[in-house]
Amino acid sequence: MDEARAPRRGVSPRLWLAGGWLLLALLAAIFAPLVAPQDPLAQDLMLERLPPFWMSGAEPGYWLGTDSLGRDLLSRLIFGGRIAFVVAFAAAIAACVVGSTLGLISGYFGGWADRIISRIVDVWMAFPPVLFAILLVAVLGTGLSSVIIAIAVIDWTRFCRVIRAETMGQSRMDYVENARIAGYGRIGIMLREVLPNVVPSIVALLSLEMGIAVIVEAILSFVNLSISTDDPTWGGIIAEGRLSIHQAWWVLVFPLITLILTVLSFSQFGEALKTRFDPVLR
Amino acid sequence: MAEPLFKVRGLKVALPDMTRKPLIGRAPLAEILKGLDFDLPRGSVTGIVGESGSGKSTLGRALVRLLEPSAGSISFDGRDITHLPEPELRPLRRNLQMIFQDPMSSLNPRRTIASIIAAPLKQNGLGDNLKARVAEALLRVGLPQSFASRYRHELSGGQRQRVGIARALALAPKFVLADEIVSGLDVSTQAQILTLLEKLAAEMGLTVAFISHDLSVIRRLCRQVIVMREGVIVEASATDALFDHPQQSYTRDLISAIPLPEIDPGWLDIPSAAKAT
Amino acid sequence: MSACLDIRDLSAVLPNGQRVLRSVSLCVQPGEVRALVGESGAGKTMIGKAVLGVLPSSVRIVEGDMMLEGEDLGRLQPKARRTLIGARTALIPQDPLTALNPSRRIGSQMTDRLVRILGWSGERADTRIRQLLDEVQIRDPDRVLKSYPHELSGGMRQRVLIAAAFAAEPRLIVADEPTTALDVTVQKQILRLIVQLQREHGTAILFVTHDLGVVAKISQKVSVLYAGKVVEEAETAALFASPQHPYTRALMAATPRYTDPFASLKPVDEAVLAGLATEIAAADQAWRRPHG
Repeated sequence: MDEARAPRRGVSPRLWLAGGWLLLALLAAIFAPLVAPQDPLAQDLMLERLPPFWMSGAEPGYWLGTDSLGRDLLSRLIFGGRIAFVVAFAAAIAACVVGSTLGLISGYFGGWADRIISRIVDVWMAFPPVLFAILLVAVLGTGLSSVIIAIAVIDWTRFCRVIRAETMGQSRMDYVENARIAGYGRIGIMLREVLPNVVPSIVALLSLEMGIAVIVEAILSFVNLSISTDDPTWGGIIAEGRLSIHQAWWVLVFPLITLILTVLSFSQFGEALKTRFDPVLR
Repeated sequence: MAEPLFKVRGLKVALPDMTRKPLIGRAPLAEILKGLDFDLPRGSVTGIVGESGSGKSTLGRALVRLLEPSAGSISFDGRDITHLPEPELRPLRRNLQMIFQDPMSSLNPRRTIASIIAAPLKQNGLGDNLKARVAEALLRVGLPQSFASRYRHELSGGQRQRVGIARALALAPKFVLADEIVSGLDVSTQAQILTLLEKLAAEMGLTVAFISHDLSVIRRLCRQVIVMREGVIVEASATDALFDHPQQSYTRDLISAIPLPEIDPGWLDIPSAAKAT
Repeated sequence: MSACLDIRDLSAVLPNGQRVLRSVSLCVQPGEVRALVGESGAGKTMIGKAVLGVLPSSVRIVEGDMMLEGEDLGRLQPKARRTLIGARTALIPQDPLTALNPSRRIGSQMTDRLVRILGWSGERADTRIRQLLDEVQIRDPDRVLKSYPHELSGGMRQRVLIAAAFAAEPRLIVADEPTTALDVTVQKQILRLIVQLQREHGTAILFVTHDLGVVAKISQKVSVLYAGKVVEEAETAALFASPQHPYTRALMAATPRYTDPFASLKPVDEAVLAGLATEIAAADQAWRRPHG
């Protein structure tokens, strides 16, 4: 049966929406000093607990209101995004590199390598991730790099398991045997024939992992284990907002919305990318 | 007479039997090939026929050393390759090529046809003039040059199998293993692929092992036939002799079970008592 | 006597408007084996699925009637249609492994249909199944009924499915390439069984296959399909004696024949395919005109 060339699908709306939000948040974070209307650390007790712009009593220039110390909420969210994105990219990429490499080795070579790696992954995943993260940060000490290391150390297993399974499936394909017939060595086959076929999954997982990293960072900030308490972080803002929920709900609600939108966008973006860059699904 | 390309003596292959694997520890080995002796003369097309479980595909994979035999010997072109380790096999691979049953799974979905055909060339030191060589390979199997930039899913089943042939023959190998290469194809496409392989084998003087479950296809293509059953050779002889005077009852059963496209009311051989009711 | 199955001008389309069945008509008399032969994409399986009411949701029937023993399937309410199809037809599938649930024993899978659709008692269903297993020459029914599908060989699984198909005494069986996955020697046994049971029970069979050899051995009439269109319909003996359509002739010349290796296996001539394409384009145009 002759199959015609598959028609190219246009960019899906979810790729647009998710990508749009991420781009907006990322640009705001990068150009935070230029974009933020106020200094995120400047306290002004005259301006404490100002409501968002549409409510009575709002001050121009403080679009989303202020917290109990009179700091501008929007500016704090924008600056908090800087830390969120740095953690998301650095931690997810570190977890991805470690996990995917071990997953490829485990799935492709099998045997002893697979047995050892799989056992480690099993043991690793037996720890509850958030507790594990808190423990790690407590040992490593607070700070940006410890948060990144903690997330990477915990979450490489996610990549390892998925990539291992995909690699095993790919390794059974005839084209892998074919490459042996063509005279390729094992590493060459792994990189040339198997890796390109698992890349879409890696991309999707990477995006998902960035979302997870954002959450874990927020959780660590929430329990005050992330960065120095001065720098605004989304988790930190949420923790403060919780205390004044009855007087100023916006301090809790806006960072929560930001966090949810960002995490959701990362996972949707990854899924959409996967379908788009998969010539087989396309 | 010239030395045969392949000399196989007492060949045994055992593979782990996963269905009997205990909860802990290794799967026990099951002997798939139980001592085979045969030669493949140079420039000949040999049919290897058998039903499922006969070990014909395992035999093929042992010949091109994708599997290591557990006993016996395989000598290829005067050299013992039975236990050669992979790095030493690599220089020999250009002469031990294979065409797969399922062209869908044997072509990497993420590579263009040109890159698939070019891979064995590059790996075997024929990387110069790659474009021209790929063009020649496409021409040889009757595919248009525009296919070089396409992907596997943009091709029909017959076209994919042509790519499989182009890739295997790009290196002008001494030996090609064709493993059930037409069993997934429609009859009209099957005829095209077989005529193509027939023509190329004659032109290039290839030695071919043609594995199939279909004796009618083998009769057309092969000069000699090896009939296998449960890991042993039941009968091996020249094709015409095998069809005209099969020596073993199993071979006779295999031949008579093929439904010819001819009216023959007696073929099903239904006991007449059954018709009465 | 009314026909067992009477399909008239059946057309089905994909969501993009492409026709996958092109005004198919065929009439199967009671007790007749009708072969539907064609290559992949010919729509032969689609016809079987249309009869059984199990077309994929993307395929829509846009025209035509299907009469099962004089009852117009198109006019029945969905529930009544299901009951009628369930009681009068059965399927022998292509792949006996995927057709059986791997996690249930053979016995309960075989009686299911009898108990659920026909409302038989478990005991009666069990007796009937054992009787049929005997007819398909399974000599140790106790062991087979207690087995899981993976514990049986391919030929054995297909026997079980044949027994299950005949158990409810259907008037029509759709056999969808039932021997394609089997070895030739097993294929011959299975074909023999199907024909033997079909004769004893007087069942009509719609036998879908790509193999003209199988067609020659088992059918009384045959429809040759290409791209969802019946290009030739004839008594099987007549078709093999003098094929009329160029495509049928080409198909016969391409089918391997070990008795005559060099006269068979002829690649299909491009002119034949070009002729078919023109024929189908013309048919589509003629069909579209009254349908806007």
